[in-house]
Amino acid sequence: MSKDHIVKTFDDDLSLLDNKIAEMGGLAELQLSNAIDALLRPNAEKAERVILNDQRIDALEKEIDSFTVQLLALRQPMADDLRIIIAALKIASVLERIGDYAKNVAKRTIALSQSNNVGSATSTIARMGNVVQSMIKNVLDAYVSRDVEQALDVWERDEEVDQLHTSLFRELLTYMLEEPRNITACTHLLFIAKNVERIGDHATSIAEQVHFMVRGDMPDLKRPKGDQSSFTVVEAEEGDSPDAGSTA
Amino acid sequence: MDMTNVATEMTDAAPHLPSHGHSQAAGEPKFVTRGVTVHYGEKQALFGIDLDINTNEVTALIGPSGCGKSTYLRCLNRMNDTIPICRVGGSIELDGENILAKEVDVVHLRARVGMVFQKPNPFPKSIYENVCYGPRIHGIASGKDDLDEIVERSLERAGLWKEVKDRLMEPGTGLSGGQQQRLCIARAIAVDPEVILMDEPCSALDPIATAKIEELIDELRENYTIVIVTHSMQQAARVSQRTAFFHLGDLIEHGDTDQIFTKPKNEKTQDYITGRFG
Repeated sequence: MSKDHIVKTFDDDLSLLDNKIAEMGGLAELQLSNAIDALLRPNAEKAERVILNDQRIDALEKEIDSFTVQLLALRQPMADDLRIIIAALKIASVLERIGDYAKNVAKRTIALSQSNNVGSATSTIARMGNVVQSMIKNVLDAYVSRDVEQALDVWERDEEVDQLHTSLFRELLTYMLEEPRNITACTHLLFIAKNVERIGDHATSIAEQVHFMVRGDMPDLKRPKGDQSSFTVVEAEEGDSPDAGSTA
Repeated sequence: MDMTNVATEMTDAAPHLPSHGHSQAAGEPKFVTRGVTVHYGEKQALFGIDLDINTNEVTALIGPSGCGKSTYLRCLNRMNDTIPICRVGGSIELDGENILAKEVDVVHLRARVGMVFQKPNPFPKSIYENVCYGPRIHGIASGKDDLDEIVERSLERAGLWKEVKDRLMEPGTGLSGGQQQRLCIARAIAVDPEVILMDEPCSALDPIATAKIEELIDELRENYTIVIVTHSMQQAARVSQRTAFFHLGDLIEHGDTDQIFTKPKNEKTQDYITGRFG
């Protein structure tokens, strides 16, 4: 932010808004890290706590929603002030979605704790989780410090997450082809991986909002798309398992 | 009353109204001003303003008090001539004709470029007389029927006809502030100007009267080119298509209104419109 406003309370309001977003972002980041942790250990109790804690994120979103509406009505902001408030409104709803995805990961973790472990999938998911978690952290730092370059870095790192997701997708399909008893666990893991991948996408959309907030427009670069899982086909080898057939 | 219909009706059925010619297409520059300077005695108030005012658009001039926006506005119909110590330099072209030239008839110029002031200033005469005064002295109307017609059409265009049609002979000063301001707008358009200059036309009005004037400005844009000076940023944002920001006698930034208010290029503009000045 440049200079202070003549009306000091407006500055106070804007920094309160920043703090609320930072708090909400911190919570979302923690939720993701706990959900991944519960998956790795595995720890159903911890997963339960993640599910419960999502309410706090939802409550913060509502708080930010009504606060931004109040700011728009009472301050009638212009230019960068307007962009800051609109960006906060959008980022809050993105963070709420991130919270939902973390909650979904936790739910599936509970289901998974009742089935057998499959290959190295969980550790790949944990790697994805680490990358995504640091993306959230960095994009929130970029938000607080109004740092477009840092935001664009996050934006570009999503490709790594997408690539991990694509390879995990392939890996899980293979496990399922090998052993139909793996299907339950693998399906949950597929969804978990997809959830984490989506969180990465949401981190990039926060990065776009930071760009809009600071520069006044969306980044006009083409977003790197590394997720090829939608096009992935893994087929059983001839005679390997006659019942498996082909799958996509 | 649908103003569009009134407008068409007027052009079709009122051939006696003077046509000033040189009409520019919408969006083409009506005024081209270059290097406009103004001195009040020793003190320089404007430092070379380059600005185009587009036809059938509302251009808002904004900036803090003393920035020169009203001074610039008053150059556009040579109202500054009335101040003896005031000197205007540079060039101001209206439809390609330099209005600063000595031979320009300022009375005719002010009929082409009308003005509405901050405080409603109706003449201490009847509503009817207020509106027909201009057409009468400019010899626009040829008889009472003509005058009646002009008065009615002008009041209709100013959105005041329904409210005053049964009391045309009552004094204009007896109207409410918002009605008085619309009466002044009716008076300005009675001589069929091409441009209307407005110097903070709503600053003495309540929000409802303000909204009515703003609605009127938007309707008038179809037939007139409008330049408005306003201290209300929200008003500039609401009514104008183009906005020019003045500061300390300089034009800092001008552009499309939505760009100026969402993504100003200049830091001074940003500081001013977001309330960080000083």
